[in-house]
Amino acid sequence: MFGAGGGTTSYKEVEDTDLIILWGSNARETHPIFFHHVLKALHRGARLYVVDPRRTSSAQWADAWLGIDVGSDIALAHTLAREIVHAGLANRRFVDHATTGFDDYLGLIEPWTLERGEAETGVPADLIKELAHAYARADRAVLCWTLGITEHHNGTDNVLALINLALLTGHVGRYGSGLSPLRGQNNVQGGGDMGAIPNKLPGFQEITDPAVRAKFETAWGVTIPPEHGWHLSEMFEAMERGELTTAYCIGENPAQSEADTIRTERLLQGLDLLVVQDIFLTRTGRLADVVLPATAAWCEAEGTVTSSERRVQRVRKAVDPPPGARDDIEIIYELARRLGHDWGEPSAEAAWDELRSLSPMHAGMSYARLEAMGGIPWPCWSEDHPGELYLHSRLWEDPRRGRPAPFSMVEHEPPVDVLDERFPIRLTTGRRLDSYNTGVQTGGYSSPMRRGETIDLAPEDALRYGVGPGERVLVSSRRGQVEVPVRVDPSLRPGLAFMTLHFQDDVRTNFLTIDATDPKAGTAEFKATAIRVDKLPAPARAEAAGEKEPHGTAPPRPASVPEPAAAVAPGRGGSWT
Amino acid sequence: MATSTVPAPPPVPVAPPARRVGLSVDGQAVKVPEGSTILDACSALGIDTPTLCFLPTLTPVNVCRVCVVELEGSRALVPACSRKVEEGMVVRTDSRRVRLSRKMVLELLGSSVDMSLSPEFASYAARYGADPGRHGPMAPPAPAGERDRAHAGHHRPSPPGTAATVGQPVKVDNDLYVRDYARCILCYKCVEACGVDAQNTFAIAVAGRGFEARIATEFDVALPGSACVYCGNCIGVCPTGALMFKSEHDMRERGEWHEERHSTTDTICPYCGVGCTLTLHVQDGDIVKVTSPLEGDVTSGHLCIKGRFGWQFVQNRAEGEGRGARDPD
Amino acid sequence: MDLKPVGALATRAEQEAVDDLLASLEGAVLERDGDGVHGGHGARGGLAAASSRRHLLLPVLHAVQSRVGWISEGALGYVCRRLHIPPAEAYGMASFYALFDLEPRPPVVAHVCDDIACMGSALSASLAGSPLPDGTAWVPSPCLGQCDRAPAALVLRAGRHPMERALTGLSSAGEVVETLASAAGSADGVAPAGRSLPPLVPQRDQPGAPELLLLERVGRVDPTSLDDYRAHGGYQALRRALALGPEGVIREVTESGLLGRGGAAFPTGRKWEAVARAPERPHYLVCNADESEPGTFKDRVLMEHDPFAVIEAMTIAALATGCEKGYLYVRGEYPLAAARLESALEELRRHGFLGEDIWGRGARFDVEVRRGAGAYICGEETALFNSLEGYRGEPRNKPPFPVRSGLFGRPTVVNNVETLVNVLPILSGGAAWYSGLGTPQSTGTRLLCLSGAVARPGLYEVPHGMRLGDVVELAGGVAGGRRLRAVLLGGAAGAFVGPSELDLELSFEGTRAAGVTLGSGVVMVFDETADLGAVLARIARFFRDESCGQCVPCRVGTVRQEELLQRLMAGRSLGSPEEELQLLSEVAAVMRDASICGLGQTAASAITSALERRLWEAN
Repeated sequence: MFGAGGGTTSYKEVEDTDLIILWGSNARETHPIFFHHVLKALHRGARLYVVDPRRTSSAQWADAWLGIDVGSDIALAHTLAREIVHAGLANRRFVDHATTGFDDYLGLIEPWTLERGEAETGVPADLIKELAHAYARADRAVLCWTLGITEHHNGTDNVLALINLALLTGHVGRYGSGLSPLRGQNNVQGGGDMGAIPNKLPGFQEITDPAVRAKFETAWGVTIPPEHGWHLSEMFEAMERGELTTAYCIGENPAQSEADTIRTERLLQGLDLLVVQDIFLTRTGRLADVVLPATAAWCEAEGTVTSSERRVQRVRKAVDPPPGARDDIEIIYELARRLGHDWGEPSAEAAWDELRSLSPMHAGMSYARLEAMGGIPWPCWSEDHPGELYLHSRLWEDPRRGRPAPFSMVEHEPPVDVLDERFPIRLTTGRRLDSYNTGVQTGGYSSPMRRGETIDLAPEDALRYGVGPGERVLVSSRRGQVEVPVRVDPSLRPGLAFMTLHFQDDVRTNFLTIDATDPKAGTAEFKATAIRVDKLPAPARAEAAGEKEPHGTAPPRPASVPEPAAAVAPGRGGSWT
Repeated sequence: MATSTVPAPPPVPVAPPARRVGLSVDGQAVKVPEGSTILDACSALGIDTPTLCFLPTLTPVNVCRVCVVELEGSRALVPACSRKVEEGMVVRTDSRRVRLSRKMVLELLGSSVDMSLSPEFASYAARYGADPGRHGPMAPPAPAGERDRAHAGHHRPSPPGTAATVGQPVKVDNDLYVRDYARCILCYKCVEACGVDAQNTFAIAVAGRGFEARIATEFDVALPGSACVYCGNCIGVCPTGALMFKSEHDMRERGEWHEERHSTTDTICPYCGVGCTLTLHVQDGDIVKVTSPLEGDVTSGHLCIKGRFGWQFVQNRAEGEGRGARDPD
Repeated sequence: MDLKPVGALATRAEQEAVDDLLASLEGAVLERDGDGVHGGHGARGGLAAASSRRHLLLPVLHAVQSRVGWISEGALGYVCRRLHIPPAEAYGMASFYALFDLEPRPPVVAHVCDDIACMGSALSASLAGSPLPDGTAWVPSPCLGQCDRAPAALVLRAGRHPMERALTGLSSAGEVVETLASAAGSADGVAPAGRSLPPLVPQRDQPGAPELLLLERVGRVDPTSLDDYRAHGGYQALRRALALGPEGVIREVTESGLLGRGGAAFPTGRKWEAVARAPERPHYLVCNADESEPGTFKDRVLMEHDPFAVIEAMTIAALATGCEKGYLYVRGEYPLAAARLESALEELRRHGFLGEDIWGRGARFDVEVRRGAGAYICGEETALFNSLEGYRGEPRNKPPFPVRSGLFGRPTVVNNVETLVNVLPILSGGAAWYSGLGTPQSTGTRLLCLSGAVARPGLYEVPHGMRLGDVVELAGGVAGGRRLRAVLLGGAAGAFVGPSELDLELSFEGTRAAGVTLGSGVVMVFDETADLGAVLARIARFFRDESCGQCVPCRVGTVRQEELLQRLMAGRSLGSPEEELQLLSEVAAVMRDASICGLGQTAASAITSALERRLWEAN
């Protein structure tokens, strides 16, 4: 936020806050231990509001649930903001002291009356008003979100609209007040910290800043191109244009995880060279020219990860990897050596110390301190600095330090995949408690709660389309179709359906999803697909019932796709000698 | 963001220092912060107090009564784990009454529950001279389900001359963990961890009454039919091995469980971005169990199903082939 | 909360039972059901506990039990959805109480007392051999509080028009069978057994017997008529209380020297003062009418025959201590008492003696009757709070004491029925007069439950300080001219005394000096023919069955105690008899010293007292 991408607040503050908003986050199931901190707050008397299209298990703990129509988050944020302003509840002192663009913002939100907000978001006006007043009046408030905000074609704008709310009310930069994006994976935050984003060098240092580049160029002995790179979706666009012909994929399975699978596979297959470095022979790995078997970074190698509260923590080697699999760092060092650069003995700590010398926000985090303190939140400027529990206290200082925080002029844009008579149902996707992403890792243990993919429909919709629980149906979007059993879920409102991405080998949900992406962050609109549900003809239903093959209609795999060389397949070893 | 100056740490509200309360324990004067327990005061003096149902991360329920101490002015002994200190208290932790009560609590437990997997029990029993055997030979275990059907206020006497026990077959109804209630001392920790102290799922509660009280799901339904979400936080707090990873249970059954060969390594969970510390227990190169450190301020020792049980893919992948891999945020 | 519902569905009758009850609870805070957009906060408990629905669990389960005869999985699931309670917790709570069945059972059930006052008749032994009518069953029961009319049974019939009837003075198993048959056959209840019962207050007809203070109206007023109550001096005390004001009332009660009659003998005035001064609001008043001590029936007689007096006394206590809400927790086995109290409450509300503006004086107070469900432990005050709140009746650790943190965590006055009723004569006659009764340290009179081998069993009221022998004589002495063997004072949690101790002065200080207790006023007499060994074994069984199971000393100690007594009775000791007695005394010691509450702390006292006095060996 305002420069460095990370939550401004800590879990401890969530326990001590007075009001928590979970917006597009079902933390009860997707971040269960974070939700423990929320629960501590609730038992202490804090209030919880949940904004989510589904009445999730998180929502059942809430003082109120705002059942929002998919993709109308900015409309809701603006309506909340207008109500706060008109009720005289904006924090004018903070706004005047620490922000810019407020007058423009007032103009932006002015049309968003409660009535219009209700019409656009589906949330009753009285609930919008209740939340607006509760949030603005709270002494401390934390606003959390997850993929329900970001997995939209305008995910970045969604985030900016939420930040506007925090600026309007002053709920940022003080103990117990802040913004908390809950990271979906154990090191998404760390990836950003390390510069694995198109516009930043490690430590969120701007790549276009010549002084920054000079520092890295001196340290690395290379020239760094002075422009932003591509994010994931732009890479696929570049593949489409033939500009990107070689890809080196580390620990990523785009063939299953990207929206619009059919297009993704086609583009990966069209590359001149695809290198995949992973712990599994994934579906993407099967498309690769070279597969580099890697170790499980969290238990077969040393290193660090960064959590949703910016806390850098150590991962450690507990077990040996299978024969032939090698530490990611080792693979990269080896690759460098074969490309003519000898970096010496691979060492996670040495790489980390190099980072510390280049990234001021990590400077104080020696391995010894990380060990002793059980992790340190960035920024940690020096070895006598404890790391900062929360960010942006500077905005409250008088005189204020640094730049003021700008209000962002973001407009509501409905989802790209529009609903119409042919595709009248809004499909949204998400995770279940016991599974994770494409199920590659969680498939490794036997969860008593696991029940395979279903399309969850509201009871009203099941009735309308004449389908019942367990019945296989054909689900179609403008891009593809899958067969999947129905589950009737009273927590869904009519017109809303839900699927996961956990069982892609069985039901390729991403045949349906749209790759309309956020131009700023490159995240696909997994949360908003227009679909239809059709009954299968009776014989097909019967036949389908006993069928085990993956469902989903896709072009057959071209015969030209090379199988990975046996010598480099995971678990077989041999190629590294 | 980048700056060469080192700003002071941001202001974090701190409570004013607690008042200190003076008391005497075994003749030694000690001052501890207001709100401390007698157990805290004992620890401050280095007095080792036995506990079974106490865990710092859970609300004290003071039900096992093995920590009782003598408090001047109090007719009955008081539980050290929960009794808050008051100015001028005079406490004795090693009087004849205290030793007798502690000995008897250990005997009562030892004669009715299988304590063989409790790490502390044997040393406590030795320290207090507890001899569970003098209450008679243990009665044969109850058939499966019998204790779960007991009606409050009625009981079936055990065979004459035997000591009634909570013995019964192990409940194995899922692939992740087993419940061996023959080892259950009814410390309430699992109920607290499943309930308000951590998970707030309330899948289990204490049911029944008296000696027939037991930990149960509603109507004793099997875990897959219950509200259980398999976070395993009950296993994490169980002091007697009544709740156990099924993998550990199976290895023990096969005689393959060798704790003396275990090593532990702390790392971070590979799933969501909360950053939970996992302590991996490794035997002969394989992860055999996962816990989380109690003192960790992210988890307080609690995990979710993925953190607790989701590590198996690491070991499975050597044999079979995986399918996908890590994905985008 | 995100609850996972029980799979099974409730039947229409089960749903109706729950819905009807919830609909009838005027004033109970009912939030919207779980499928709305709100609902999180109220269901979370904590400070919101008092306004959540959790506290309705006990009455709702009663409704299902009395409508259907048992609580099925579907019914429990429905209850949980309506009240927003996790099913496992509701099951844990339901399975705590003996009067709730969680397996199917016939609609008509007789609970047949086989406790110490009734066991002599061997009724349950003869029932065991009797064929029963279809759709009926019987179960043995602990003391039903009808000890002066032993043996007793309680017949319950589930249905749309449930029936609950106490049978007393039974002469044979056949009578129980007959009642079961008529209950099973008739939709409108059964005819009461036509039998002449002993007088309610035997001493009234005895020349020279002590004057009655608390029992003055018992048997003389129409317990269903407020007018009759007022005609017999009712509501004079409240009038005086309003004139005195809260501080004046507390001063009177304090100066009267009234000590609690529930067993702990705590000064009532001090308790009231502590609550009156507690800054936290609201304050609650709880009348402990969970009279379950074997041998005790005094509170039942007061509630059944002078219900308005109980409520008047509660009203005075409430006004003095700043309570606007009172709960009257009545033993589940006392259907008549509960019915008479309910009808009295309705009458009082109608006349403005309760409610928003009592007598137009701006005072606000009302009382809710809650029925226990078969758990002796709920007579322990903190267990009672948990039971009222919808939890298992497990005692809480003290401190904090109820005056600071009681019902729903608020300052709470909790008094026994007899204690409260004493407030009426204190206010009417004045503290100075009252404190002149009895002994200096034990002021006032004491209700004594005379049962067992006396000629005239029944409820007696005597000034504190009377000799035990004189009390036994007042009840006509040992029946049939037999020799006295032992007297059990204070109930199962009390102590036995022998024939040599008839000079014992019945006062708090007198009993304390002798190392015994008056407890709940039980004076149960055993003659030379009594099988004291069996009585001790029954007491041991009682404590094993009634232990809540929370703490180890009581949960396991009561089992080991029962096993030891069985071994002693069977003459098959494990070690030497000395070793067995040593073991028994060590088990007794850990129960007394290390148990959480009074149940465990006294579970060995009667048995120990009998063994110490060698009363049993004389057999």
